[in-house]
Formats: sequence, C-alpha cells, structure tokens
Amino acid sequence: MTNYAWGFMIVISILVGIFTGNTDGISQGLMTGAEKAGKLLITLFGVMVFWSGIMKVAQKSGVTNFLAKILSPFLKKLFPDVDRDSEAFQSICMNISANLMGVGNAATPFGLKAMREMQKKNLRKDTATDSMVIFVVMNTASLQLIPATIGYLRQSYGSKSAFDIIPVVILCSAIALTVALVLGKTFNRLGKGKR
Amino acid sequence: MELILPIVVGLIILTGMIKKVKIFDAFIEGAVEGLHTLYMIIPTITGLVVAVEMLQESGVIDLMCKAVSPVADCLGFPKEIVPMAVLRPVSGSGSTAILINIFESYGPDSLPGQIASVLAGSTETTFYAVTMYFGSINISKTRHTLLVGLCADFTALVCAVYLTKALL
Repeated sequence: MTNYAWGFMIVISILVGIFTGNTDGISQGLMTGAEKAGKLLITLFGVMVFWSGIMKVAQKSGVTNFLAKILSPFLKKLFPDVDRDSEAFQSICMNISANLMGVGNAATPFGLKAMREMQKKNLRKDTATDSMVIFVVMNTASLQLIPATIGYLRQSYGSKSAFDIIPVVILCSAIALTVALVLGKTFNRLGKGKR
Repeated sequence: MELILPIVVGLIILTGMIKKVKIFDAFIEGAVEGLHTLYMIIPTITGLVVAVEMLQESGVIDLMCKAVSPVADCLGFPKEIVPMAVLRPVSGSGSTAILINIFESYGPDSLPGQIASVLAGSTETTFYAVTMYFGSINISKTRHTLLVGLCADFTALVCAVYLTKALL
C-alpha cells in the first residue's frame, strides 16, 4: 500500500508538473521537500529523546502501571491480544493519555514505542496486526478532551467567539472516532474469516 | 492549559524520587531508546515529506481541489474549505497554512472560518501518521488502516460542515 501510494504521489506530481509547464514547481518541490523533512526531524529530535526518557522514568516509578490500571477496562476491549502487563500496553496507555490531554508531541514517542513493543509479538513481521490497526487508527483520529489549541489560534486572529466551536469539535471528533473504531474492528473481523 | 506538561513531568519525576528510582539513569536509558526510534523514522519521514511537497508544488493538490469542488458544491460544502479538506490528511503544516489563510480572508467567525476550525480540531494528519507508525517498524502491509483512517476523516468533514451549520 505505502509503496504504491508513495510512487504514485511522486510520479503524478512530475507528470502534472511537466504537462502544466510547472517544471520549476516540481524541481523546487524536490529540494524544499527534503529540506522540510530535515527541519521536521530536528524539531522531533529533542522531543523524541526527552519524552522517551520521561516515559522510562514513568515506567520505573509505576506511573504507567497506574495509568494502565485506570484505562485498562476500556482498552482491553480494543486491544484483546495485547497483554495487560506488557510494555506494549503501558506505552499504549501513555500514548492515549497524552493524546487526551492534547499534547500530541509527547504522544508520538509513546506511540512509536507501543508499535515497537507490539511488533515483538507479531508473527508476520511485514504485516500489521489487528491491534496495530486499531492503535494507528486511534492516532489518526483526534482524541483530545479539550481541543484548546484551535480556540487560541482563532482568538489570535480576532475571533469574538473563539471557543464557541469547541463543543462542535468534540462532537465531530467523537463521531469520527466511533466510525474509525467500528470500521477498524469490522474489517479486522472480516480479515480473520479470510485467513 | 499551558501548565499540563510541567505538572505531568513534575509528577512523574517526584513519584520516581519518592519511590527511590534512579531517575536520571532511567531517563538516559529511555532517551537512548528514543534516539534509536528516531533513527528508524528518518527515512520514512524524509520520503514522505518530499512526496507531499511535490504534490503541492506541482499543482496536483490544486487540480484535486478543482476536481472535487463540483461534488463539494452539491453536498453544500463551502468551496473555501475544499483545499484544506484535501490537504489535511497528508500535511499538518500545509493545512494550518490554509486555515490561517481562511481566517485572514474571511475572518475566523465567518462560516468557512468556523467550519475550517472544526475540521482542524477534529482531524489528524492521517496519511502521515499511518506511514510514520508503520514505517518505524518496517511494516509494509498496513491492511485496511489507511482506508479506515480516511473514512473517519471524511466523516469528520461531513460532520464539521453540517454540525457547524446546524449548531453555530
């Protein structure tokens, strides 16, 4: 999937650029794209290293265990094949807690760690497991309890009712997340039938 | 809200100190793991960001917007939000730029401004997240993850338009 999508994105860009005479655009895209990737990685660099360190402290202090206990009644239904005492489960809990609090930057390192831990138990190393699918799908939906950032952004652009949209944002996110989970679970179940 | 992060970090460190954990050693151990994870996602992110940048610079995104705008029109979506809806799953910074553009041209309290705000708040960069998470552990068969993620994004888009119109 990724292989085709990636190839398609690049080839179609080059073709469209040539046919519309926008050759400057495509050569510029190649250069600035690589540059932007570098900048993004530098931004991620400190965040990744710092939060992975904090995660380990949280683990050794028992904070992640505590979180895992609170979240596990809900999460064990979503991730039936992830052992509740495993590092994978704890990382999932940390990731979801960070997402709920609206600190996406901190959620990413926990999420990547969760994926690595789940991969250890994966029998087919090139194929996503059911739990991985559900986990990534949750991360593609917006899980924030209070989506405040968008409110602040609106305020700084002179909105008179900057935070009025927040209930609507929460409602939209909740509906989208429900759709994602139901579809994810359904496809997972259909996949099992085939194998 | 700004206090959440310091409080969380403080609580974690404090719990560690109370429980007599070797906190700095633990921190370093985790940080090294983080470094390794980062190393693993460098190629994925570089490849993806270049591809997205090319889509934008070559004009493919503009063409896609033109192609879907009649459909968007029929469904009652304001045409101003179409570029944002198209770009949202692939690029966080790109869609934020469009959001700010909408704020500057129409104002945050206009209908497009409100819908775009709701859309920004209720979706994530789906394609980017799927590629990064699976790329970090070298999984190429992501099965239905992307499809489900995009379906959820579309749901959020439809909800953003109709719920904003109905409730605000």
